[in-house]
Amino acid sequence: MYLSPVPLIKHPMPTTTPKTHRRHAFWRGFTDSAPFLFVVAPFAVLFGVLATEAGLNLFETMAFSVVVIAGAAQFTALQLMVEQAPTLIVLASALAVNLRMAMYSAALTPHLGAAPLWQRALLAYVILDQSYACAVVEYEKRPDMPLSERLAYFMGAVGPVVPAWYLFTFLGAALGTQIPESWALDFALPVTFLALLAPMLRTPAHLIAAFVSIVVSLAMAWVPYSLGLLIAGVIAMMAGAQAELYYNRKGAAL
Amino acid sequence: MIDTTQLWIVIIGLGLGSYLLRFAFIGLVGGRAIPEWLLRHLRYTAVAILPALVAPLVVWPAATDGQPDPARLAAAFVTLAVGMVTRNVFGAIFAGAATLYALLFLLG
Repeated sequence: MYLSPVPLIKHPMPTTTPKTHRRHAFWRGFTDSAPFLFVVAPFAVLFGVLATEAGLNLFETMAFSVVVIAGAAQFTALQLMVEQAPTLIVLASALAVNLRMAMYSAALTPHLGAAPLWQRALLAYVILDQSYACAVVEYEKRPDMPLSERLAYFMGAVGPVVPAWYLFTFLGAALGTQIPESWALDFALPVTFLALLAPMLRTPAHLIAAFVSIVVSLAMAWVPYSLGLLIAGVIAMMAGAQAELYYNRKGAAL
Repeated sequence: MIDTTQLWIVIIGLGLGSYLLRFAFIGLVGGRAIPEWLLRHLRYTAVAILPALVAPLVVWPAATDGQPDPARLAAAFVTLAVGMVTRNVFGAIFAGAATLYALLFLLG
């Protein structure tokens, strides 16, 4: 950043130019999403470690994190490949985990849809749980924000998360197979996913979806090619949507 | 061991697919409205799929050759319970890990 040797007071309107507003928006996004580092960093390390234990080399592990840049889907794909599931099932299941990205994209469209196509094409790559979560809150809080500041805020919210995802994947891959078996690292993935899942169970419909998901996935464990995951996911999604309709109707009737 | 060809098909396919999911609405749909029934289903993707991925790993862990293991079952239960009560991801992870290690130590 350029720091003027001249005292700022000599400039008549240093804080009201559009450029300053954009810069402020960027740093607001940056500080809003910085706390997510505490989740992103360990998650990335874990991916690096598990990918290395599954036999991926450093380049393959890094390519995974850079190309896909979606933790839960990466873990799903890795787990299914370790289980020797067919490629199509691996892809379909991991993409199902990432369906929520389409929802984020839809939710951001009213706020950022007016940007030029090349900017939308670039920012689509960094639609993440964290950048989405920060942006929707900010855009609702400041509905009058001009488009250029909204874009700056979004890129700010991406700022700490994406470099950390790459860097900590690298560290995990470097740590790799040095972790002793007595640490029971096999169970780090279930525990982490359950910890991420638990706070999402805010409504009866979310609880019902999760419950159906567990029951169907256990009942469908015999289905070949790890297809049970996909079946359970689709049925549970429908259960959640139907439950939401039911509770909405019940709420309206009261 | 994971097959290298499969691995690269998955990395590239998943990368492209994930990008298209992210690009779908903001890039292609533009200002048009998204049907409510579709949004209603998308809202539940995470809570519908993550439990289905985890449940078999909890009940039939590979580390015990698929035999149900009291330490891992208890750890999963504690993680979920602490996460739901405190809404704190770290609290839940620590509670789950502590339960797992304590029981693995006690039950040998």
